Amino acid sequence: MSELDELYQEVILDHNKSPRNFRGMTNANRKAEGYNPLCGDHVTVFLHVDDGVITDISFEGSGCAISKASASMMTTELKGKKEEDAQHLFEKVHKMLTGDVDAESAPEKLGKLAILSGVCKFPARVKCASLAWHTVNSALKGEAQPASTE
Amino acid sequence: MKATSNIAGSLRHQDFDVAEIRKDFPILKQKVHGKPLVYFDNGATSQKPQQVIDALSRYYSAENSNIHRGVHDLSERATAAYETAREKIRAFINAPTDKEIIFVRGTTEAINLVAQSYGRSFLKTGDEIIVSAMEHHSNIVPWQILCEQVGAYLRVIPINHDGEILMDEYRRLLNERTKLVSVTHVSNALGTVVPVKEIVALAHQRGVPVLLDGAQAVPHLKVDVQDLGCDFYAFSGHKVFGPTGVGVLYGRAEMLEKMPPYQSGGDMISLVTFEKTHYNVLPYKFEAGTPNIAGGIGLGAAIDYLDGLDWQQVEAHERQLLSYATDQLSKIDAVRIIGTAEEKAGVVSFVIDHVHAHDVGTILDQEGVAIRAGHHCAMPVMQRFGVPATARASFAFYNTTAEIDVMVQAIHRVLKVFG
Repeated sequence: MSELDELYQEVILDHNKSPRNFRGMTNANRKAEGYNPLCGDHVTVFLHVDDGVITDISFEGSGCAISKASASMMTTELKGKKEEDAQHLFEKVHKMLTGDVDAESAPEKLGKLAILSGVCKFPARVKCASLAWHTVNSALKGEAQPASTE
Repeated sequence: MKATSNIAGSLRHQDFDVAEIRKDFPILKQKVHGKPLVYFDNGATSQKPQQVIDALSRYYSAENSNIHRGVHDLSERATAAYETAREKIRAFINAPTDKEIIFVRGTTEAINLVAQSYGRSFLKTGDEIIVSAMEHHSNIVPWQILCEQVGAYLRVIPINHDGEILMDEYRRLLNERTKLVSVTHVSNALGTVVPVKEIVALAHQRGVPVLLDGAQAVPHLKVDVQDLGCDFYAFSGHKVFGPTGVGVLYGRAEMLEKMPPYQSGGDMISLVTFEKTHYNVLPYKFEAGTPNIAGGIGLGAAIDYLDGLDWQQVEAHERQLLSYATDQLSKIDAVRIIGTAEEKAGVVSFVIDHVHAHDVGTILDQEGVAIRAGHHCAMPVMQRFGVPATARASFAFYNTTAEIDVMVQAIHRVLKVFG
């Protein structure tokens, strides 16, 4: 598979075309905005956290196929997860995207998310894939400042 | 440049020998991802001819020394080379005198200089500054900061759906509170050539000074600051085939004389005591510290190179590139061109249905085609056209229609991936 085909795999194109959980959330109790100042990508992540568990998650915003697919896949992965497990997963995904893999963050350990590993061959696009993850991390931490990929 | 130049009044545009010109630009020979480089990101920065690279190398190999302060031979030679470059720049934009040519780091610094030196001294609470809706952030943010500092207001001339300034709206915005107009000469995001001469004339009827952001104009058009009548003109060396880190602020002497220094330190003074410091004369008053000497000399070499070209031919060639690219892209249903002004320089901004500009940029890059994808530091323009970002191909005289064909093929690959 060429690097380009690896980046734009069918699953990614599908999530881009029909993003999951792509909606606002009126009863969200955590929310964060994320910006990629370099390209103007913008995402808002909504969470409903109940007793330490993410019972609902959604996102809105605009961005490229990579950022949209990454955000969409993230929401399906995190729904039903405990907060601390979600934060732990953020760290692993971040390592995979930046090519800084260890035993924990090897693509094969990340299930469906492994499909995003093609991004690390495109340094300019790593931030696209990590934007939603940075944003959810900041929502979980309850940070007041919008998340930024910088 | 080879011997093709200066065929006075020549109409033989077909004689413009792109293949010969491309030999002057060593970077263009390389391959990217195994494909010949197609460099269409000239709006971000232009490539450099060997003559500029050689001038930098010659300076550091044979002339490097600090300027305006040494009594030794090297310093005198470096000073002469730097001041010769200033004279070349003066002639290039037809400024009346050398002392009106201030070396700066680039267009951004030139605009900040005017905002902080002129703006803070001569604008006050309630005054208004006019910009257009298609400015680069560097011609918006310095004015916003000034407005906060002095209590002035920023007013914005709207544009139509082709990306042209609404002149009637501009006339309406001009009033007794207007104290400065600052507009782009050529839009970086849309390619629109703005009728700046008319804009200047209207402002001057009210005694309002005008700054023109020429960053995207100088690489494409012959600029004559006296003909334009502007009070300030700013451009960057690296977009006009010179080195990075050097640019020019032209200011009418009358304006510069009454402005305080922007930065202070060495070279901008004539006498320093702890009681009082006397500032140096123009242009040195605005050039504190050791400047980018090599950069200035390199920019002089770039101007020599441009002077060796027949500009009638250059402009005709670029017009051909623009119209060919516009025609070819218009044939693709999914492509929409953003910026369709009557008067345009060599920039084509476009969006593809359901595909984000970044994805376009990545796929084109795999085919060796370098374009810009994003908001082009002009987020208000993106907002105006309701798009988050565009893909932008920006041309220089060394580009060819064959390269446009390569880009069009690469766009078809984008459509296939996202099909």
